[in-house]
Amino acid sequence: MAQTRRQMLVDPLVDNNPITLQVLGICSALAVTSSLQVSFVMAIAVTLVTGFSSMFISMLRNHIPGSIRIIVQMVIIASLVIIVDQVLKAYAFEISKTLSVFVGLIITNCIVMGRAEAFAMKNPPVASFIDGVGNGLGYGLILMLVGFIRELFGAGSLFGFNILQTVNNGGWYVPNGMLLLPPSAFFIIGLLIWAFRTWKPEQVEEPEYKIQVVDAH
Amino acid sequence: MEHLVSLAVKAIFVENLALSFFLGMCTFIAVSKKISTAIGLGISVMIVQSITVPANNIILNYLLAPGALAWAGFSDVDLTFLGLISYIGVIAALVQILEMVLDKYFPPLYNALGVFLPLITVNCAILGGSLFMVERDYDFTESVTYGLSSGFGWALAITAMAGVREKLKYSDIPEGLQGLGITFITAGLMALAFMSFSGVKL
Repeated sequence: MAQTRRQMLVDPLVDNNPITLQVLGICSALAVTSSLQVSFVMAIAVTLVTGFSSMFISMLRNHIPGSIRIIVQMVIIASLVIIVDQVLKAYAFEISKTLSVFVGLIITNCIVMGRAEAFAMKNPPVASFIDGVGNGLGYGLILMLVGFIRELFGAGSLFGFNILQTVNNGGWYVPNGMLLLPPSAFFIIGLLIWAFRTWKPEQVEEPEYKIQVVDAH
Repeated sequence: MEHLVSLAVKAIFVENLALSFFLGMCTFIAVSKKISTAIGLGISVMIVQSITVPANNIILNYLLAPGALAWAGFSDVDLTFLGLISYIGVIAALVQILEMVLDKYFPPLYNALGVFLPLITVNCAILGGSLFMVERDYDFTESVTYGLSSGFGWALAITAMAGVREKLKYSDIPEGLQGLGITFITAGLMALAFMSFSGVKL
């Protein structure tokens, strides 16, 4: 193992982030981030599912026939998601209502499948678990960042507590309603990617078409 | 009939799966570089969506819903907790069958759709469509309409996106925003445009 375990956990946070670099699992990243609390629950759910599914798949990796591996992975992931879904319905019913179909959609979240396919099928259980958790956290980090920006500037609160007194409550802050609407998530992630890539220039993609600079004289 | 038309229009424009629920975003971003591939994928999604949503509707109403097993003599069995795993199983199986049928009877179409078909199993728009069908209690005719029109909406969105991106590659984009970044912002602008439909009441 060339990578140490710490590296495996920390690497997906910024250097190899599943959302900003590998473009995986964006669906839910956009839809559930209008408040920080919901993003937080979603981040935990995805981290747990990614971690445990990687672990179980890696335990079974020598027994899964190659031709039906996708179905086997799907069944493992779907069972874990059902557990998460039932737990949320039992202990956090309000949040599970807000998340609606997006809990179920963790099944098709490409991060989970991607890690199962790319890492867990070739590595031992403990390493796969750490890798899964790391990627889940990298996803959670972006989710929380977007949720933070959207809730703070869109509704003037964090985790439901008022931070910026809004005009409606007799304060001074005029909330930016657009941030609560879905499209804002695209802009925030787009800008986050810009920020990440300015910080780590090696992540910048090669343009397909270069504009030639021609000297005038 | 009117009711079904309004459901269809709503699923295509107002509640577009790609642009207002962000479903199938991974493929939406990854496969929208060229119009021709985008159309191919769009059509496959539409076909699969209009088969899987009604199929899952049948599964739900005759196997999983509380009391649905009455025909087999188990009138108080509630299997809804098995929903997720059955839907994804149905989707995976149907995609597989569709692939084999196309390969056997319509080889040109199979070659055109080629790599996209297997990808569709993990496209959240497909599972999302079935889950919305469950959440909103559609009956069978409604779910046929919903499947077809939501698939069409998704196809429309990805084709439009590919059109924009084909032009966009000639523009001078700041370095860090190159590629993924600008794609997100474009998608955001398109989503804003689609939001203007949200006032439409049918």
